Amino acid sequence: MSSNETAGGPSDVTSAADFNEGATPFDAVTRAEAREIIARYPDGRARSALLPMLHLVQSIEGYVSPRGVEFCATMLGLTRAEVGAVVTFYTMYKRKPAGEFLVSVCTNTLCALLGGDEIYAALSERLGVAHNETTDDGSITLEHAECLAACDYAPVVMVNYEFFDQQTVASAAELVDELRAGRRPEPTRGAPLCTFRSVERQLAGFVRPDDDALHSGPAGEPTLVGVRLAAELGQAAPGYDPATPIPSVPPKNSARKKS
Amino acid sequence: MPLTPVLTKRWLSPRSWTLETYERLEGYQALRKALTATPDEVIALVDSATVRGRGGAGYAAGMKWKFIPQAKEGEPAGKPHYLVVNADEGEPGTCRDTPLMMADPHSLIEGIVITCYAVRADRAYIYLRGELVHALRRLTAAVEEAYAAGYLGKSILGSGFDLDVVIHSGAGAYICGEETALLDSLEGYRGQPRLKPPFPATEGLYACPTVVNNVGSIASVPYIVLGGVDWWTSMGPSTSPGTSIYSLSGRVTRPGQYEAPMGTTLRELLELAGGVREGHQLKFWTPGGSSTPLFTPEHLDVPLDFDAVAKAGSMNGTSALMIFDETDCVVRAVQKWSQFYLHESCGKCTPCREGTYWYVQIYDRLERGQASAADIETLLDVSKSILGRAFCALGDGATSPVTSSIQYFRDEYVAHYESGGCPFGGARTLVGAH
Repeated sequence: MSSNETAGGPSDVTSAADFNEGATPFDAVTRAEAREIIARYPDGRARSALLPMLHLVQSIEGYVSPRGVEFCATMLGLTRAEVGAVVTFYTMYKRKPAGEFLVSVCTNTLCALLGGDEIYAALSERLGVAHNETTDDGSITLEHAECLAACDYAPVVMVNYEFFDQQTVASAAELVDELRAGRRPEPTRGAPLCTFRSVERQLAGFVRPDDDALHSGPAGEPTLVGVRLAAELGQAAPGYDPATPIPSVPPKNSARKKS
Repeated sequence: MPLTPVLTKRWLSPRSWTLETYERLEGYQALRKALTATPDEVIALVDSATVRGRGGAGYAAGMKWKFIPQAKEGEPAGKPHYLVVNADEGEPGTCRDTPLMMADPHSLIEGIVITCYAVRADRAYIYLRGELVHALRRLTAAVEEAYAAGYLGKSILGSGFDLDVVIHSGAGAYICGEETALLDSLEGYRGQPRLKPPFPATEGLYACPTVVNNVGSIASVPYIVLGGVDWWTSMGPSTSPGTSIYSLSGRVTRPGQYEAPMGTTLRELLELAGGVREGHQLKFWTPGGSSTPLFTPEHLDVPLDFDAVAKAGSMNGTSALMIFDETDCVVRAVQKWSQFYLHESCGKCTPCREGTYWYVQIYDRLERGQASAADIETLLDVSKSILGRAFCALGDGATSPVTSSIQYFRDEYVAHYESGGCPFGGARTLVGAH
């Protein structure tokens, strides 16, 4: 954070001198989008917009840049230090430019023991990068991740937060080779791959899923194994009558009658 | 115990995530029915169904709803009320809310509308774990469909009840699954837990009365409204009724999601899942995520519900059953979990911040063969300094795998320093979180 200026109170961005169109990538469109994010929260609670706005910054800059911090601070009437304190707390905010594809290998216990540690080590060697580093060509940032809520598909790798399930050292190596060759392998579940910046835009709440993205990626076998088995075995929950009455409760204020 | 799909029953239907499929399969019927009752009647219904919180703590959802202060008729309304759905799924082993939100997002939305009607909230936030982008797409599309169909927005189904739902993506912090840390995060701060009391029911989001419930708890509500209390409590034990989506992962033949009545045992679930992988034996497992003390084969017949698991010395947590066999080193497993807790400790309180640091130092020594007998005592000593003294449950959770693994597998710890390292060769590749 380079400048010594202090952010003022809640800002009217149209008068914010910081936003000279030529000097910042945060143009009128971005400012309008930031205001759209702020409007999702009650009046006077603009600060709630900070996390999605930082995702918006990453969608433009590829990371949380110093000028992105300043943009958020000015829009929300915070100091840059207040914004920086939030940025440094959360894993998904990158403080160096991320590659086009963020490859996250789960190395929490379950995935690790089923091969996640070996996958991470193999990718690190193959790509010549360590945790949170980006390949020279700017294509891939590698990270080891905490539990990605897909333990039934272990070991799991995510690319730009799309699931690549049940990976092996060989399949993960092929995956990164494909990415570096400019191809976009289909995730096991989820939508077709887009860039890191595009996915960050969705995280800011600008989700305009086209039909394909929304409907692609049917659930995998581990998701459905239980319901499939129940159907096979003819097992089900007990039936119910949807017209079962909701028991009535006397209104509370009737109990306040003076006796 | 048979499988009893309730929350999972639509998952096999084609395009189960669309409004069209949802409406065809009873969708939004519970909302229509709930709107014919008074809000207090809906609260009383869910309260008597005893929906123990599916996020892990097992606190009854109806109790949380009852604690929201309501203005008496004729009195001016006080502060606004909020519902915040905890969709920050991240407890190691836990993977059931994510498939639910991807496969059947409308069931969560219908549960949200009914809950908000009951507690008189006109705005709900879904705090969704950032990494779950496809769940974000499906939820966003479902919310848009619900607005267009009149299930959200102004005067829902002509009732005069208004509700707006906002989906808010997090940014990667396990601690935000703790309800007060989640609220701080939603307010735009670092996600650090708040001192309780005051509880969210009186001073939650923006210091207003707030219900914070897990995805599974809220998604259960429409079925309870339709089927009634007697139906819901006909499944599972009386103190933890209903179904649970049990998530089996690890060394199991067919890992995945199995919905069965609360109180189903691991022995029964393993039969459904084809058992531990062929040629291997169960060694240790978690009943409800890494923050719940480990179980061993001696616990195969413990009914997996909140009270029975507690009685057996662990916690039901999120019904996340991570299965490990005889090829897995328990010391290495706990080392990795400890690295996780160190990475995710928010730093607010000393016992957790420093304790998890020392855990990792000692586990590294154990795996490298540089530990001694004193290190086991130090692990137990550190655990005593964390448990009950940390600011929130994350610290307590960090001690669970440590103390339980020493309780059941002390010999394996000893082998680590007597044989000069991990007997499983575990120090091959050590990827630590940082």
